[in-house]
Amino acid sequence: MENDIKISIKDLHKSFGRKKVLDGVNLDIKKGESLVVIGGSGTGKSVLIKCIQGLLMPDFGSIQIDGQETIGKTQNLHLKMGMLFQGGALFDSLSVWENVAFSLLENKHTPRNEAKVEAVRVLRQVGLAPDVADLYPSELSGGMQKRVGLARAIITNPEIIFFDEPTTGLDPIMSDVINDLIIESAKGLGATTLTITHDMASARKIADRIAMLYQGKIIWQGTVKEMDKTDNPYVLQFIKGSAKGPIKVEI
Amino acid sequence: MLLKQIEQFLRTLGRPLVKFLISLGQLTLFIIKSIYHAVMPPFYIKNFFGQVLDIGFYSLPVVGLTTVFAGMVIALQTYSGFSSIGAEKAVANVVLISVTRELAPVLSALMVAGRIGAAMAAEIGTMKVTEQIDALITLSTNPFKYLFAPRLWAGLLVLPVLVLFGDVIGIFGGYVVGVYKLGFNPANYINATIENLEAVGIISGLTKAAVFGFIIALMGCYNGYKSKGGAQGVGEATTNAVVSASILILIFNYIITEIFFAR
Ligand SMILES: Nc1ncnc2c1ncn2[C@@H]1O[C@H](COP(=O)(O)OP(=O)(O)OP(=O)(O)O)[C@@H](O)[C@H]1O
Ligand SMILES: [Mg+2]
Repeated sequence: MENDIKISIKDLHKSFGRKKVLDGVNLDIKKGESLVVIGGSGTGKSVLIKCIQGLLMPDFGSIQIDGQETIGKTQNLHLKMGMLFQGGALFDSLSVWENVAFSLLENKHTPRNEAKVEAVRVLRQVGLAPDVADLYPSELSGGMQKRVGLARAIITNPEIIFFDEPTTGLDPIMSDVINDLIIESAKGLGATTLTITHDMASARKIADRIAMLYQGKIIWQGTVKEMDKTDNPYVLQFIKGSAKGPIKVEI
Repeated sequence: MLLKQIEQFLRTLGRPLVKFLISLGQLTLFIIKSIYHAVMPPFYIKNFFGQVLDIGFYSLPVVGLTTVFAGMVIALQTYSGFSSIGAEKAVANVVLISVTRELAPVLSALMVAGRIGAAMAAEIGTMKVTEQIDALITLSTNPFKYLFAPRLWAGLLVLPVLVLFGDVIGIFGGYVVGVYKLGFNPANYINATIENLEAVGIISGLTKAAVFGFIIALMGCYNGYKSKGGAQGVGEATTNAVVSASILILIFNYIITEIFFAR
C-alpha cells in the first residue's frame, strides 16, 4: 500500500514575509493518479506546486517523491517531472519547436532534425499545425502558447506532470481537447498528474480525486462522486461559484 | 529624551545599513555561484557565441565612434597646452598613453554598459518575471550555466578585444587631427607613436577591459535575476544594472591603475 504513494506531502508550511500562504498542507498522490487541486485565487496553489518542484524552499515540512525526501535535494529531481506553467513560460528567444524539444536538445543531445520531428509530432498531439513549429512564442495567441507549454511538458514522457491552470484562457472546445490530453498522459503513459484548476467542468472530467486548498490547508479531498454528495460548505460554495457562504472574498 | 533621539538615529541609520549588508551578501553569493558554474561543465557553447556576437560585434560601431573622437580631442587639447617646440612628439605620446591606458578601456566599457548591461538585465529580468527561469529549472537546466556563465565569459573575453580595436581607432583619431589639422609630418608622428609604445600601458588597459566586461555582465545578470514585480521591476533592474556597472567600472579603474602604476 505504502509503495503506491508517488508524492507525499506532510505538514508543509510556506510564508512570504508575514504572509502565511501554506499552513500545514498534508496531501498524498498515488502512482498513476490524477489529482486536481481546487481553491480560490491567491490561496497558494501555484506556491504548492513550486514547493514540490523545489522552485520555492518551504519553511517547514516534508515532501517525499518515491519515498525519498526531496526538500533541499533537487538534483535530478526534474528529470522525471514535466510542468505546464500558468503563464506558459515559453522561452521567447527560441522558436516554438525549440521550446518543445528543449529537453531533447539540451539534456538528451538529440540531433536537431530528429528533435524537430518529435516536436512537430507532439505539437500535432496538442492540436497545433506543423507550420507553427517555426514561429516564435510572441507570434502565438495565449491559447496556442498554453498548448506549446503543454507539449513541452509532456514530450519526455515524465513520471509526474504538473498542470497549472491548463484550461484557463481557452475556448470550451479547446479546453476539452486539453482535458483529453491530460487524461491521455495520465492513463496512457501512466504518469502521475497534479492539476490546478478553477474550471469545475475540467476538474470533473480529469480528476481521480479532488482536493480543496483553503487558508493554507487541504480542507477537503475525495472523488468526484464524493464531491457531489458532500455537505462541506466550503466545497459547496466553490462548486456553485457563489459569493455567499463561508469563504469570504476580500475586496 | 536624548536616549530616544539616539535610538531614533540608529534606527534610521540601521535599516538601510542592514538592507545594504543583506544585498552585499546576496551579491557575494551570486558571484561565487556564478564563478563556480562558469568553470564547471556542462558548457553551453552556442549561447556563449551568441553573446560574443551581441557584446562584441554589434558594439564595434559604438566603440569605434567613442574612441576615435576621444583620440581626436586629446590631440587637440594636448597641442593647445604645449608650446610648438616638440609638440609633435608630445601629442603622439599623450594620445598613445591616454587612449591605451584610460580612454579606450573606460569609455568603451561605459558605452557597452549602457548597451549590453541594460539589454542583459532586461532580458533576464523578463525571463524571471514571466517564470522562464523557473521553466529552465524544471527542464533540468541550471540558469547559472545556461544563462549567466555564457554572458560572464563573453564579457570577460570580448571586452579586451573591443578595447584593442578601440586603441587602434583612438590612436588613429589622434593621428588624423595631428596630421590634417595640426600639420605634423605623418612619418614623424607614427615614429613617435611606435617609439613610445609600452607594454604595460596596453596590458593594463586590456586587464581593465576584462574586469569591466565581467562587471557589466555580472551586473546585468544579477540585477535581472533578482528583479520581481512585472514590467516595472524589469525597468528598475535595467537602470540598476547600468548605474551599478558604471560606478563599479570607475572604482575598479582606479584600483587597477593603482596596482599597475603606483609606486
Ligand atoms: N515569490 C513570491 N513572493 C511573495 N509572495 C508570493 C510569491 N509567490 C506567491 N506569493 C503570494 O502567495 C499567495 C499565493 O500565490 P499563488 O500564486 O500560489 O496563488 P494561486 O492559488 O496559484 O492563485 P491563482 O489561482 O490566482 O493562480 C499570493 O498571495 C501571492 O501574493
Ligand atoms: Mg496560480
